[in-house]
Amino acid sequence: MTSGALDGRGARDGAAAIRAAAWRFVLQRASAAVLALCVVVHLATIIYAVRHGLTSDAIVARVRANPAWPAFYVVFVIAAAIHAPLGIRAIVDEWLGLRGRAVDIALGLTSLVLFAGGLYAVHALAA
Amino acid sequence: MSAATESRLPVRIWRGDANGRFERYDVPRHASQTVLDVVSHVQRHVDPTLAYRYACRVGMCGSCAMTVNGKARWTCRTHVDAVVGGAMLEIAPLNHLPIVRDLVVDMAPFFDKWAAAKGAFTSTSTRHDDFAQVAPASAKRRAIDATVECIGCGVCYSSCDVVGWKPDYLGPAALNRAFTLVNDVRDGAGIERLRAVGGDAGCQACHTHQSCTERCPKHLTPTASIAGLKRLVALAVVKRRL
Repeated sequence: MTSGALDGRGARDGAAAIRAAAWRFVLQRASAAVLALCVVVHLATIIYAVRHGLTSDAIVARVRANPAWPAFYVVFVIAAAIHAPLGIRAIVDEWLGLRGRAVDIALGLTSLVLFAGGLYAVHALAA
Repeated sequence: MSAATESRLPVRIWRGDANGRFERYDVPRHASQTVLDVVSHVQRHVDPTLAYRYACRVGMCGSCAMTVNGKARWTCRTHVDAVVGGAMLEIAPLNHLPIVRDLVVDMAPFFDKWAAAKGAFTSTSTRHDDFAQVAPASAKRRAIDATVECIGCGVCYSSCDVVGWKPDYLGPAALNRAFTLVNDVRDGAGIERLRAVGGDAGCQACHTHQSCTERCPKHLTPTASIAGLKRLVALAVVKRRL
């Protein structure tokens, strides 16, 4: 039942690889849902700031005054660091035919760079 | 209609293997003529070496699908009028499958993927058991109604961009078949089938372009079946059952 050339990919890929693919899908969708909310809040904030003529100093002051803003942007950074490499993984697979461990390591590093860079930006804004 | 006043239809038909070319033919134009009628005319009256495949001629067997003016269609139920506005008719083999010759493709990769998606029914009972009772109005049986009429023509597979980009992707027909069996309460493959369709080349690779649903001659919705599999695979991995 789990052997033979025509058997399921599960048999060929191994249960761990199947679970990893399924988790990537779940994380991609969950991070997309978080990003959808974050982007709406982010854009609404930008539009509010522009329409009310807030200076950059005033924006920074408001962000620092309320810890909810840095917390919000940390969530934003985490979601982006998860979502972007998973999307790039599908693109380099389908368009360039690149896959395998080296690609996954490179994309893991991409995720870390996005996470670290994002946290650095939030820290610089909030501290 | 006399031969002198007979209306003619210009046709370009693919000849040869993947390195072949289109050749031009002129065939008599008739009312209610199907694309398969055109191909058959060329094979019977112009060039008997033309290779093509058909069987039932009534939209049941799924063997006559070809690429007609750029889109995969079942040729026995496609009227020339529906695809040609007085212009050239162009007939090519299905996309994404190896060309054997002319309009014949090798369907083996297509059906290998049905097997890879565990498209075979896995019985949980024996001949000694009584008939299974499946309520026609039950949710799972109604879900099967929406998927079970697939004739395996390969139109969805040939129309799918993801199959073109990612050749090991199982494709809409195999995944639609897997979803049919997932909803079959008599089937025992369960989590094994979700594993078969849950890898990188499985249901998660679908981009929901819906070309399969747009082109399916039986008006099935493989996109919905694939979405159903995505939900089940995601739930299974979150609940640690995958």
